[in-house]
Amino acid sequence: MTASSFSILTTLVIIIVLTTETIRFFRTDEVSFGAFITGLEWNPLLGAEKHFGIWPLVCGTLMVTVVAMLLAIPLGLITAIYLSEYAPRTLRMILKPVLEVLAGVPTVVYGFFALTVITPFLRELYGGFEIYNVFSAGLAVGIMCLPIVCSISEDALQAVPLSLREGAYGLGATKFDVSVKVVTPAALSGIIAAALLAIARAVGETMIVALAAGNLARMIWKPTEQAQTMTAYMVQIFLGDASNFGAEYYSAYAVAATLFVMTFLLTILGHHIRIKFREEYE
Amino acid sequence: MTIPAGSAPRGKLQRALKNHAFRWFCTLCAAVSVVVLAILLGSLLLQGWRHLDLEFIRNAPSRKPEKAGLGPAMWGSIWICAACALTALPIGAATAIFLEEYKPASPFIRKLHGFLQLNISNLAGVPSIVYGIIGLTAFVQMFGLVGNLNEPGFTVGTPDDWYYLQLPFGRGVLAGGLTLMLVILPIVIVSSQEALRAVPNSLREGALACGATKWQMVWRMTLPAAVPGIMTGAILAMSRAIGEAAPILVIAGIVFIRFTPQHLMDEFTAMPLQIYDWAGRPQDEFHRVAATGILVLLAVLLTFNASAVLIRQRFQKPLQ
Amino acid sequence: MTQMQSPLTADIALAASPRRVPRIDVSNVTSRSLSLLAEHRENASPSDDAETETAVRVRGFSSWYGDFQALHDITVDIPQRQVTALIGPSGCGKSTFLRWVNRMNDLVPSARASGTLDLHGMDVLAGTIDVVDLRRRVGMVFQKPNPFPKSIYDNVAFGPRLHLKIRKPVLDDLVERSLRRAALWDEVKDRLKDSALGLSGGQQQRLCIARAIAAGPEVLLMDEPCSALDPKSTARIEELIAELRDRYTIMIVTHNMQQAARVSDLTAFFFEGWLVESGSTEQIFTKPRNSQTEEYVSGRFG
Repeated sequence: MTASSFSILTTLVIIIVLTTETIRFFRTDEVSFGAFITGLEWNPLLGAEKHFGIWPLVCGTLMVTVVAMLLAIPLGLITAIYLSEYAPRTLRMILKPVLEVLAGVPTVVYGFFALTVITPFLRELYGGFEIYNVFSAGLAVGIMCLPIVCSISEDALQAVPLSLREGAYGLGATKFDVSVKVVTPAALSGIIAAALLAIARAVGETMIVALAAGNLARMIWKPTEQAQTMTAYMVQIFLGDASNFGAEYYSAYAVAATLFVMTFLLTILGHHIRIKFREEYE
Repeated sequence: MTIPAGSAPRGKLQRALKNHAFRWFCTLCAAVSVVVLAILLGSLLLQGWRHLDLEFIRNAPSRKPEKAGLGPAMWGSIWICAACALTALPIGAATAIFLEEYKPASPFIRKLHGFLQLNISNLAGVPSIVYGIIGLTAFVQMFGLVGNLNEPGFTVGTPDDWYYLQLPFGRGVLAGGLTLMLVILPIVIVSSQEALRAVPNSLREGALACGATKWQMVWRMTLPAAVPGIMTGAILAMSRAIGEAAPILVIAGIVFIRFTPQHLMDEFTAMPLQIYDWAGRPQDEFHRVAATGILVLLAVLLTFNASAVLIRQRFQKPLQ
Repeated sequence: MTQMQSPLTADIALAASPRRVPRIDVSNVTSRSLSLLAEHRENASPSDDAETETAVRVRGFSSWYGDFQALHDITVDIPQRQVTALIGPSGCGKSTFLRWVNRMNDLVPSARASGTLDLHGMDVLAGTIDVVDLRRRVGMVFQKPNPFPKSIYDNVAFGPRLHLKIRKPVLDDLVERSLRRAALWDEVKDRLKDSALGLSGGQQQRLCIARAIAAGPEVLLMDEPCSALDPKSTARIEELIAELRDRYTIMIVTHNMQQAARVSDLTAFFFEGWLVESGSTEQIFTKPRNSQTEEYVSGRFG
């Protein structure tokens, strides 16, 4: 009983720490809550003019996440359909371990891969890519999230009962019809839950973006250039001169609080969708 | 079939073609994963094989890439993973036992259970760097309540003794291990729950029928039966912990560590952090060193996962 | 156990049957002509006994699941526009036989068959036939209602949408007609967009019948369609079957002998993979020629 209360304790500690430090952040003279929420510039480390608008960092995170999801969700879903509906046993025995390995690779390795393989390759294709760019990091994050999407979606697809497939075959459906028009819609809640989980992972990803995406916090929309994500900013602060307990130091906590709120909402949303649509086919 | 007026039959050839094309499309997409993994491993081998030798594993990092080694980082990883495992396993298993074995009767406690389960799912989704920050505040600095890093509020022994302890823990091995424990705790809990669920009810009923109390049944019957599953889950959680760089980065920072930790409060570095350090350097040669480090890390992970699979297969004998 | 009857018994029974079943050889006719023929038949009055043709012709049909032989040398003629009941104790192969008529057993990797199974002259077992088209012509209703988790309208429209490029008003019409024929229209006409899963068990099964009909089949296969339903719903579906036989050849597998007696024109009795006896329902139930049949229909085993 005491052991399980530890997990509640953990959550409470997280909330308390983030809240108190964030409040301390907003108490400093240089920052106001309004400016944080609405400000479009973030350069806390510039000596003279410091800005603490959160949106450039959020923008960076979102850009990486969007690129990652454009890769992970379609590919992950189609691979799941392949595994669930088409794959013969021998190919399954190859593909499933491959996906498990991809899922188990530490994120620092993916960051290294993005920096040393993906980026040079992209630059070969089109010179406009900077050395640090959002697209490269996004691709690596996508590869990292693909196994998550695939395995949860596959579970959802497998859970669709045989009777539904038989009903469709009995009406003269081809395998394509059955997979796309009956099974996938029936498994939709599980697939959406998979996507939300992947998004939460992508948003919280640190090492890949720290190595490959860059350290310039600004609002841009070109994935060929560099941008700083929320997590990369936190790395920058904590690697820097941490004994200076100024507004910059506490800004990391404020960013962490924002991040926590985002992933918390995603988790709750995924949970709700799972529960609400659970009795899909009975 | 009567074709209703105002409609036309779909071409059978078209439908058959669509069917085949979709199958090929799915196969192609599935092949992408295999190709990506092949490229990943291939590039790592290509870049990293040059430095791969025993010297590499023993040496300390240095300014010269040829002399750089993973030694202290490996020891650091071992220390923090040990600390992590020793704390995460008991707490995680106990929580799982509470959730699975002591099923609530009253609706209020059932709601509490549901809340607890949701809480654990939420914790599983928290980014690991946030755990790093929490670990920094709670373990390294201890909220500033017992002194600060330069003047610890409470000490046992001196930094030369192996049993040296201080409060706050400072940027030491213990703080790192505990932070990692926070990261993997949800994983340990969930996999232990699965292991407990897999124990058939007939075993539990048999124990109770012999006159055992609930606690005796759990401790002597259910838990031993679930041990292989719990161990497998723990090993998989540990392989996640070994690869985590972000929380360690916050706790330890990038420090030039040349020796293995001597006591629980000692400074340290870990393998993924060392790799991050090398990878972030501008010199190409250090990139190759990083690749070598990655190969060593992956080899360690492979061993872990293989042993988990072996344990699972060995003890997979059905429990009925 | 009574001794196993050989398959010859079935042939002899058929040959000695008081009602001969004349067959029309339609193997040379193209499918377009077939559909014209079908249209013509639809508009004609219900055929009477003397003119029944064979919808499904079975000669020496055997099937296996791996090494296990599920059906032995089945020979029977399923007449058109009549209800044929397949009865027998659990595991006797009647469902297996039914599932071969629309090649549903293709979904089971270890299933194979030999012999002749013809649908209006088309060899169902040939590797070259278009199975998708076969399944359009032979509809199936399953033991447990299995509506798709879509709206009622989309369930019924699923079949037509697969096979036809169809305009919305025509599709609306087709959906309505199918639901009317399945005796479900009045209950759902105001909520066609609601989820099919909100219907009761009996309604869901009628929806599945409507769905099967909407695709425009010639033959309807029903695998114990009432076994999961309450008596009231069962009675409604039995009424439905009586109405449907004017348009469709119906083959129904049932555990319930009284149901077979109520609903069918022809009955075939299966036992442990053999077709023991087949003939008119009246004859099977009142004057069975085979002692095993007699024991089963009088309830002494099964």
